[in-house]
Amino acid sequence: MASLMTLWLIVLGTSLVCFATKVAGYLIPERWIHHERVQRINGLMPIVLLSALVAVQSLTTKTHLVIDHRLAGIAVALGALVLRAPFPLVVLSAALTSGLLVHWHLA
Amino acid sequence: MVFSIPSTTLRQSFSVAFTVGLYGTAFGAASVAAGLTVLQTCLLSLLTFTGASQFAAVGVVSAGGGAVAAIATAGLLGTRNALYGLQMAPRVQARGWRRILAAHWTIDESTNVGIAQETLGAAAVKAGFWLTGGGVYLFWNLFTLAGALGAKAIGTPEAWGLDAAVPAAFLGLLWPRLTSRATRIIALSAVVFSLAATTALPLGTAIIASAVVAVVAGWQA
Repeated sequence: MASLMTLWLIVLGTSLVCFATKVAGYLIPERWIHHERVQRINGLMPIVLLSALVAVQSLTTKTHLVIDHRLAGIAVALGALVLRAPFPLVVLSAALTSGLLVHWHLA
Repeated sequence: MVFSIPSTTLRQSFSVAFTVGLYGTAFGAASVAAGLTVLQTCLLSLLTFTGASQFAAVGVVSAGGGAVAAIATAGLLGTRNALYGLQMAPRVQARGWRRILAAHWTIDESTNVGIAQETLGAAAVKAGFWLTGGGVYLFWNLFTLAGALGAKAIGTPEAWGLDAAVPAAFLGLLWPRLTSRATRIIALSAVVFSLAATTALPLGTAIIASAVVAVVAGWQA
């Protein structure tokens, strides 16, 4: 678990960087970042980072690959998304599946 | 600032603000489950105010990452807000403290609802932007507090499935972006890369390292 000091650094650092990025959008001339390649890479960034977050959070513990209750939760969430369920239902179905497996000591 | 607001703009802004604000519950709970205090969780929503970056920061923390990895991942996810700012600056035309506030409220939802009002005129664009930005800010922060207090009250995150709810929330944010075959292949590549990186790289750096997938994929048109 990260120390309280590290967590404060993360809270303030993240806020500062994200706020500065937003303000920059209002201040810098458009041509500076109107570069086709930069825009393309930037557009792919959320897809890549969110995919990595899904994978790491559901399939790893520390530096190991682990298959456990979380994967079952994600599988149900995936099914909910395919069935076009709204966001809160997607999250709840994953939590319920995973929580019940832990409760019943199944995974 | 704005004197007459079209009712469709008002309706759209409110429904988007409330629905998105509800996600704040998931963030608040995830953040507390990752080990942040309720105060730290609420400050992230108040000061960072861009959901994907906030989720990423606490996601890196719960994956064992340090401050640099968490801030860099969140920062990279937040760069799109600068592009939104470029689009909104000439439409909002705010000066002084209003420009700072406009920048802080420039997120996916306020930008998209704002621009969607274009057919109703420039005033409706401004109204849609401000109402959605302010509305999401209000609800996102209220629901963050609710989620954080809720998670605090229940104690063990695993027993309540919170450790699965967090990646499910990421999946929910990712899903609407997987609109083409190319994006699905890139997403799958990032999954494989991040898992391999987890076993090979220092603890907590796998997610930020995956950014290289976006650079490689986006290099060529």
